[in-house]
Amino acid sequence: MSKSTESGKGPLFTDPDCERARQTFRDKPRVMVEKVMTVQEAVTRFVADGDYLASGGFGADRISTAALHEIVRQRKQDLGFAGHTTTHDFQILCAGNQTGRGKLLSRVDAAYIVGLEARGLSAHARRVSESGEVVFCEWSNYTLAARFQAAAMGVPFLPVRTLAGTDTFEFSAARTVECPFTFKRLTAVPALWPDVSVIHVHESDVYGNCRINGNSVADVALARASKKLIITCERLIPNDEIRRHPTQTMIPFFCVDAVCEVPFGSYPGNMPYEYFSDEDHLQQWLESEKELDQHMAFLSRYVFETSTFSEYLELCGGIPRMQDLRRREWLIE
Amino acid sequence: MTTDYTPMELMICAASGMLEDGRTVVVGTGAPCAATMLAQKTTAPNLTLFFEAGGVGSRLPEMPISVGDSRTFYQGLMAASMADIMETCQRGMIDYTFLGGAQIDAYGNLNSTIIGEYPAPQVRLPGSGGANDLGSLCWRTLVLTLHDRRRFVSKLDFVTTPGYLTGPGARESFGLPEDTGPYKVITNLAVLGFDERTRQMQIESLHPGVSLDEVRDHTGFELRIPESIETTPDPSSQQLEILRHQVDPLRYIIGRSG
Repeated sequence: MSKSTESGKGPLFTDPDCERARQTFRDKPRVMVEKVMTVQEAVTRFVADGDYLASGGFGADRISTAALHEIVRQRKQDLGFAGHTTTHDFQILCAGNQTGRGKLLSRVDAAYIVGLEARGLSAHARRVSESGEVVFCEWSNYTLAARFQAAAMGVPFLPVRTLAGTDTFEFSAARTVECPFTFKRLTAVPALWPDVSVIHVHESDVYGNCRINGNSVADVALARASKKLIITCERLIPNDEIRRHPTQTMIPFFCVDAVCEVPFGSYPGNMPYEYFSDEDHLQQWLESEKELDQHMAFLSRYVFETSTFSEYLELCGGIPRMQDLRRREWLIE
Repeated sequence: MTTDYTPMELMICAASGMLEDGRTVVVGTGAPCAATMLAQKTTAPNLTLFFEAGGVGSRLPEMPISVGDSRTFYQGLMAASMADIMETCQRGMIDYTFLGGAQIDAYGNLNSTIIGEYPAPQVRLPGSGGANDLGSLCWRTLVLTLHDRRRFVSKLDFVTTPGYLTGPGARESFGLPEDTGPYKVITNLAVLGFDERTRQMQIESLHPGVSLDEVRDHTGFELRIPESIETTPDPSSQQLEILRHQVDPLRYIIGRSG
């Protein structure tokens, strides 16, 4: 049972100093220029070994599958990762551990990992998480969202009323603070500025002004908190269209470093109003993980040895399959 | 009246009956979602559903697979953010939530993080997700779970989500919101509540055909036994009809054991 401690003993993987974050953002380019490039180029340029990475969306909903595959393909090493309900996205990154390709993940802020919600647990994500080669710090979904929010606000922490009294607090890097007004006990969570994030959106212009349809999860704050940001989008739209409905812009160009047009880019995840998740493919993936040899063969076929995301889509059934999933999203029998 | 139902159907119907009309509830996938959909179609048509990834007021066309998928805001009232939902809980506007876990103790504390010892567990489980937040911040937490000694344990391997922690006043002493905590635990054997004075789990009703000894045998800690124990009512034929034909026609949930 938890003790009455004032400080969680989990590791703090990122610097909570807002002054140093400001210095980073001072140097971030903010001129409105075209940033369209391939996913391969974006990952080469903006994801470095040792970076702390965050993934947008919600596990298998509106995730940047193309960017995640590319990070695995390029054998990025020693990454940190923020896991607020990360399911298939975490599962993809785990392909870079325990598969003879070094150690892609080395430290993880965990709120929800290794599971795929109602679909069950990922055997390979468990293999990686139980191997001892990844260091964890425990959080909850809200506290990770609050950490992005603090970072987006440019302050070092935010107070919340969760985590307290539990082992989740004990093994987090949160601290308790006294409210200066009511003198009551609160949980302080440190700002989290990821080095780089990958977010999949519905529409973007060539400069990175983005629209998201449906739930935004934590991405409005995450985009603002990220030192570098790779956007993948279902489609590019003209800047004139952005200017016609500025209320719909959820991520502004000055947060964005790369814009990659990737139709069906959340596949096999769900993309609201576009296509439903491919439950058959997700089940195949889960099934393949049970034996490591079999899983490595699966990953070779679908990730390691494909060169582009379109190639992956083709392997998964191409346009006819995407049409099925589009009808499924729209509940057309 | 009918006795032709599965334990899972009974659990869902019992949970559904606990949701007062006109209230708000944050739900997950699976049985809690089925219970909430059933309540909306029977006794609580003005219950508003929230999903932690941002969906509010969906007219669910089918069971969601993820609490963030597009069904969670299908014909909804709002598609918001995770922080917006959690902050609605934090400022006191969410009445109910449903949680589960690999382990539960006498105070209703829940473990969904590991089996074994941290940081080198035998089994790594998903972790809190939104559970710690929802269990901290919603007024009433309902737990739907199968009832066995592996789950109902005297000591959790890890306290992921707060129940009543170590007893009366413990939540408040840690700064958690007042008057919150576990409300009911609904299992395949019984409905359990929490004693006001000790905050420990007690039996409220046994499901039809289940004996007190059977419940004790399946529980790894001492349960409080009140003077009178009721029998959980059978689901009504209307509840079963709606559950089977409108809520879960493909038997995703009610087809499960338990």
